[in-house]
Amino acid sequence: MGLDFSVIPEYLDIVLWGAAWTIAITIGAAIVSFFGGIFLAVVALYASIFVRLPFRAFAFLFMGTPLLLQLFLIYFGLVQVGIDVPAFMAGVIGLGLHFAVYNSELLQTSILAVDKGQVEAARTLGLSRMQALRKVVIPQAIRDVVPPIGNNMIALLKDSALVSVIGVSELTLSAQRAIGSTYRPFEFYVLVAVIYYIINIFMEAAQRRVERRIQASK
Amino acid sequence: MTDQKPFIDIRHAQKSFGTLEVLKDINLQVQKGQIVAIIGPSGSGKSTLLRAINDLDPLTGGEVWLEDKRINKTLPHSQYEKHINLVRQEIGMVFQHFNLFPHLKVRENVTLAPKMLKGLSGTEANKLAEEQLEKVGMLERIDYYPSQLSGGQKQRVAIARALAMNPKVMLFDEATSALDPELVEEVNLVMKKLAQEHMTMIIVTHEMSFAEAVCDKVLFMDQGVVVEEGPPEVIFRNPKNDRTKEFLRKHLAGQNA
Ligand SMILES: Nc1ncnc2c1ncn2[C@@H]1O[C@H](COP(=O)(O)OP(=O)(O)O)[C@@H](O)[C@H]1O
Ligand SMILES: [Mg+2]
Repeated sequence: MGLDFSVIPEYLDIVLWGAAWTIAITIGAAIVSFFGGIFLAVVALYASIFVRLPFRAFAFLFMGTPLLLQLFLIYFGLVQVGIDVPAFMAGVIGLGLHFAVYNSELLQTSILAVDKGQVEAARTLGLSRMQALRKVVIPQAIRDVVPPIGNNMIALLKDSALVSVIGVSELTLSAQRAIGSTYRPFEFYVLVAVIYYIINIFMEAAQRRVERRIQASK
Repeated sequence: MTDQKPFIDIRHAQKSFGTLEVLKDINLQVQKGQIVAIIGPSGSGKSTLLRAINDLDPLTGGEVWLEDKRINKTLPHSQYEKHINLVRQEIGMVFQHFNLFPHLKVRENVTLAPKMLKGLSGTEANKLAEEQLEKVGMLERIDYYPSQLSGGQKQRVAIARALAMNPKVMLFDEATSALDPELVEEVNLVMKKLAQEHMTMIIVTHEMSFAEAVCDKVLFMDQGVVVEEGPPEVIFRNPKNDRTKEFLRKHLAGQNA
């Protein structure tokens, strides 16, 4: 049986819907991972030990266990304790928190690397510790980790395929459905690979744009 | 000497970092509108004294007063933070390395604190930024980032940023030490202008000729004590203390080398 890409058009809308879901999950999880990462970094660096410890345990859980397990836990596990999270939300939260932990590690380092003179200047003007952190330190820390956070977001896009296991019809699962009807795995997986690659190119372009914009403020 | 109540009053200031005693029973009175220079060798405690005034380096003993307000008073932590944040609004500080906020344009460097702390609207804050930047001759650079400025320009913006809070006192910690020689004068000119407007200033400096021209009083510090103080013509032209003489002699030699 040779290759036959002519089966694709009939199923293209299913696959493109899948791509749309993948983009939606990636954007949602990226937002969660960005703000979650800032929150976790601030807690790790500045909260009292009683607040810090539970969050450390949380971070350890998310860094030390497979993402797949985390998704199962949020989607299937939480129902048992009465929290019914829809599959899409479970995917966004699971992926988002997972990468929030990684973003937090990056941010902790870059927050500590911001020149002490910056906080001194802000405090001298009368800003409180929190105000100085919010307006002076964190913006600079974020600026310094745009490239590695961008890389995390591309890893996030790729890992979003795992959300298929909890039944979200994202790109990979859509392809599997098309394959189930056509028995044409090679054709559809190549198509899906191309689509991931295109989304990737857009993300890299966005990252470069952000990097260019912050260049002047270095 | 005047018997007027001092504007800034530092009494028996003592500061240790661990076992290292950096300030040993320092007393300093500054009158309103007075300009005081602090000179002395590196490591003598000049910065620490200056930074004790706005509590960046809290004293381990002694008192700092601004008018009738005790700056370093004993309060529970959260109340103290509120108190010190208000006090700091009244004390401008200029650093050797400028410490401008690199992620903000010149305009936002100046408007950040007034907007956050005094609740100025965008329009009011912009007007304030323009006024202050005009004063230091930096209005044309209002939409630049700090990285696009020379050192002298950065320091002038830093002065405008401090002035925008309308402080009662300005503290300068070697404001021109990090500058290329040809950029020193533009910053000195701004400081002279402030002097003419009778801004109360405490200036840590290595520039003796500037100190002599601008200041009303000079303190010579060495190893955490005020060795000698007096009017500039006495300290620079006719010092009594041998350590002062030695320091000035070495310093002049170094400058001419
Ligand atoms: N944060 C600090 N921790 C420990 N020692 C310090 C600290 N800041 C200053 N010192 C020490 O205090 C002394 C006085 O420093 P400083 O006030 O900066 O001197 P100056 O400004 O006259 O050069 C120096 O010996 C310096 O090493
Ligand atoms: Mg110093």
